[in-house]
Amino acid sequence: MVRYTVRRLLLAIPTLLAVLTIIFVIVRVAPGDPATAALGDYASEEAVQALRQRMGLDRPLWVQYVRFLADLARGDLGRSLITGQPVIDQIRHVLPYTLELTAAAILVGLVIGVPIGIVTAVRRNTAVDYVGRVVSLAGLSVPAFYLGILLIYFFAVRLRLFPALGAAEFSKPGAHLHALVLPALSLGLIEAAYVTRMTRSVVLGVLSEDYVRTARAKGLPERVVLFGHALRSAMIPLVSLIGLFAISLIGGSVLTEEVFARPGLGKLMIGAMKQKDYTMLQSIMVVYAFIIVLINLVTDLLYGVVDPRVRYE
Amino acid sequence: MAVARELPVAGVRERRWRRVQAFARNRTALVGLVMVALLLLIAVAAPVFAPHSPIEQSTIHRLEPPSREYPFGRDDFGRDILSRVIYGTRIALLAGLLSVALGGILGTAMGVVAAFRGGRTEAWLMRLTDVLLAFPDLITGLLILAVLGPGLWKMIIAIALTITPRFSRIAHGPALSIKRRDFVEAARAIGVGDARILFRHILPNIVGELLVLASLWTASAIRLEASLSFIGLGVRPPTPTWGQMIRDGTVHLTNAPWFSLFPGLALLLTILAFNLVGDGLRDALDPKTRV
Repeated sequence: MVRYTVRRLLLAIPTLLAVLTIIFVIVRVAPGDPATAALGDYASEEAVQALRQRMGLDRPLWVQYVRFLADLARGDLGRSLITGQPVIDQIRHVLPYTLELTAAAILVGLVIGVPIGIVTAVRRNTAVDYVGRVVSLAGLSVPAFYLGILLIYFFAVRLRLFPALGAAEFSKPGAHLHALVLPALSLGLIEAAYVTRMTRSVVLGVLSEDYVRTARAKGLPERVVLFGHALRSAMIPLVSLIGLFAISLIGGSVLTEEVFARPGLGKLMIGAMKQKDYTMLQSIMVVYAFIIVLINLVTDLLYGVVDPRVRYE
Repeated sequence: MAVARELPVAGVRERRWRRVQAFARNRTALVGLVMVALLLLIAVAAPVFAPHSPIEQSTIHRLEPPSREYPFGRDDFGRDILSRVIYGTRIALLAGLLSVALGGILGTAMGVVAAFRGGRTEAWLMRLTDVLLAFPDLITGLLILAVLGPGLWKMIIAIALTITPRFSRIAHGPALSIKRRDFVEAARAIGVGDARILFRHILPNIVGELLVLASLWTASAIRLEASLSFIGLGVRPPTPTWGQMIRDGTVHLTNAPWFSLFPGLALLLTILAFNLVGDGLRDALDPKTRV
């Protein structure tokens, strides 16, 4: 397991480097000069040049690239072009909100999706299965931001059960969780549709395996066959899917934060894009890259834990 | 097993016909296909279907609730929401279909070229594909659009580039295995050129999978277009787009909920239609999933 862990860690480094390079290149080829964008169209030529110099934009591209990586290695994400504040402070403030939303959505997705997936697989081609499949396909077709608006309309505007917008401070856990419910549902219910479909197909695959037939043939009760034999091995592919879900939810959180006016990485990114705050945008992308590479790494390691075969490739 | 192998194998045409039959038997898929056809009709003949002008304003009638004359109500400029939803079909389908066509061709080319060339070209192209695939589609799309700036064509390019690695990943595997099959070796041995091998032997063998991917990604591309418009980075007003309408309506959710609910419903049904077709195609092409 130690060798496997080390190998996965080493493999993550080139991926991360490649992603960082792509981000660097994309932000550099963006039309418009970041200094001009930050100061506005009416800034004097001297002011723009001074800012360019301060940002290091007058240096050759490779010097900028090396400095970008060196700064990152020291944990320095630069300063916002608009506010002048260190980017890391703002990111540190909003990151817990995004992570919490993602985690809550994964929980909702699994709690709803896995049982429905199992039931529709076991009761294949019955009314339950048919309804489950239609509902999950419909679920996949609802954009998360629209589901968010529907939830706001019914549960906040009409029934007044939950707050429509914003998030409460972490210091007030009751109000905080209360404000988390609708955003987590709007992301999690859609994820539940994916989880249902995946679980169903994985369980169906396992149920047609020879050893399940053997278990049935030797007269084991169906409950034992299902929970003792079939589901245990069905869980292996599902573990790796959780990583995929987490990544897609990180993407979905961008819109959910926008709809619910919740603080978070996505909301910060959209703000940075609209204000052309390139240092902020670049840093947020870097944080996303770190999170995604980390999720992939954890998924791989978890996979090694649940399925020992993976470790001896 | 030996007996099974000696049984006469159905001809290509016969197999194709069976797939069409399998697709037609799949009732949900057929519903999807009919929905897609209707949407295309609505998009093409929008002026015929729209009861009013989609851009004509009437501020004294702003935010009027649904009525017989205006079944979806009116928006904050007094414009007819139904007509705007009907015209919005155009942008949604244009962005969805065109970006998938662009991204699909580019991605397939990347995957097939990587498989054919092998060596360093393959290593670089597929490495790039994997890195791009690691990111959620919305974040990739946002980043590209941030670089390109807003506008319909730039948005289509951004979505197309987001889709590209999905197709290159799918096209690469089968292309690689088909390349090593005997009939391709044989074709090459009798002097058939690369292009002919590609179009006669490789593409026909992966076209099914690509079609499934294309219809499912059309659904996603339409969702992406609406998402980007919702954020405010899409097509500029007054051209009606569903994402923009949903966004404008959120402010009036308490006093005029129809404003964002109806465009959202149209968006949902459109995405559902393409998902149904994609699901049906997959079932028809791969009997294993039709369980």
